Amino acid sequence: MPALPLDEAGKYVAGAYVVFLTLIVVYVAILGAKIARIDREITELAAEDEE
Amino acid sequence: MYSKGLKPLSVATVVTLATAMALVFFYAPLDADQGFVQKIFYVHVPMAIVALCGFVAGGVMAIRHLRSGDRSWDMRSYVAIHISIILGVGVLVTGSIWAKASWGHWWVWDEPVLVSFLVVFLLYCVYYPLRFSIEDPERQARYSSVFAIVAGAFVPLNFAAVRLAESYTHPRVLSQTGGSLPGDMRLTFLVSLLAMALLFVTLWKLELTAKHASMQLKRLRRKLAEREAVTA
Amino acid sequence: MIRATRAILRKDLLLELRTKESVPAMTLFTLTVYVLFHFGLDRDSLDGELAAGVLWVTLLLAAVIGVTRLFATEREQGGIDALLLAPVDRTALFLAKASALFLFLVAVELVAVPAFGLLLLGPGLGGTLPELVAILLLANLGVASVGALVAALAAETRARELIVPLLLLPLLVPLLIAGAQATEPFLRQDQGPEDLDRWLALLTLYDVVFVLVSVAVFDYLLED
Repeated sequence: MPALPLDEAGKYVAGAYVVFLTLIVVYVAILGAKIARIDREITELAAEDEE
Repeated sequence: MYSKGLKPLSVATVVTLATAMALVFFYAPLDADQGFVQKIFYVHVPMAIVALCGFVAGGVMAIRHLRSGDRSWDMRSYVAIHISIILGVGVLVTGSIWAKASWGHWWVWDEPVLVSFLVVFLLYCVYYPLRFSIEDPERQARYSSVFAIVAGAFVPLNFAAVRLAESYTHPRVLSQTGGSLPGDMRLTFLVSLLAMALLFVTLWKLELTAKHASMQLKRLRRKLAEREAVTA
Repeated sequence: MIRATRAILRKDLLLELRTKESVPAMTLFTLTVYVLFHFGLDRDSLDGELAAGVLWVTLLLAAVIGVTRLFATEREQGGIDALLLAPVDRTALFLAKASALFLFLVAVELVAVPAFGLLLLGPGLGGTLPELVAILLLANLGVASVGALVAALAAETRARELIVPLLLLPLLVPLLIAGAQATEPFLRQDQGPEDLDRWLALLTLYDVVFVLVSVAVFDYLLED
């Protein structure tokens, strides 16, 4: 099949890379938020522990 | 909090990823057959390879868990499989985009990598319901490891079978995944592969950090609850 | 260990003969699925690839039923605990269950394959029988070991009936590929083996890998 013209092909290629990067960013963001929240709770509880 | 080595690892990952993408768009030549669309190959195939290796690695870690009884190996195995499944979603989506751009359909059965990946993905999706339907944590870990080992053994077999079948019925029209790549394409591909592998390890360590943190939290909570129960 | 295997196997076979729970259901199921395919495909006769595909998919779906029921008696009557308390090698249990499943599949195929020839197959089954039998037996071996393994994996989970098909069917894909491809030339108008060795080799490889993996791993299941 003849290659798509650059502008049309560009959409698909961009789409693929956007999917890939979005996957990473979302995943890291979720994990980062979770770790931050747990971190906070641990410091709170550790403070309680001291009392 | 973060396991040591995570920061330099993340930096290395980001740098390699950026380099790979730069190579893809500014260095690698345009493919004669597929044109610009072929660029998807540099994200789709490394993701598939790393995900498949991730599944097999999960199986190996599961073997270590069963032989040693050390549950941290099961945790490592679970995370490896978990990340591979997420990458698997990426593989199927980018593969579908590639199929649409190359052949005009959102799915093709001609590409053995894509097809065998679909089967593997469907299998590993059952990991979650299997794992979380078992309540006892020790048994949950054990059965999950058994699954990881069986599924890990299955991955290469399945790939071989699908490849045999496809080469028999559909002669490979475009063998981008194997075969000889011209030098500059090969360099780009290898850097992309390295970037993907680094990404996997970084995400794996990140997720393990989260799991350890949450276990630490649970332990702390339990300790406090016990103390309250005693003094009450 | 051989004695233990034989004993468990005998118990399962006698139970099946008496209660007739699995094999008749599996057989009836295959016949029903043939009817479904007739209506679904709107075809009176099939040959070649289509025939091979329908036959194999039907047999694999019937196998799912057999696998789901494989540990049923132990579960319902608490037999598993008794087995585990006795000094019985877990491998013996696996061999017994896999052999039972193997024999059930053979029994089902004794009816299902001729029935297929009668109901849906265009060209006759006739001279292709020995090769067909070899393919089926090799495939049954693979289904039996993977099936016994999946049955044990899913035995204690709450969502057993859902997990077994979801787990078993993808695992059986290589078997399906090899079986259907091997069988297809025999179900054509101009019969004759084609590339049979390649598919038999794949079947054998699959069997070897999964028998070994299943035996190695089975000890860790059904513990406690």
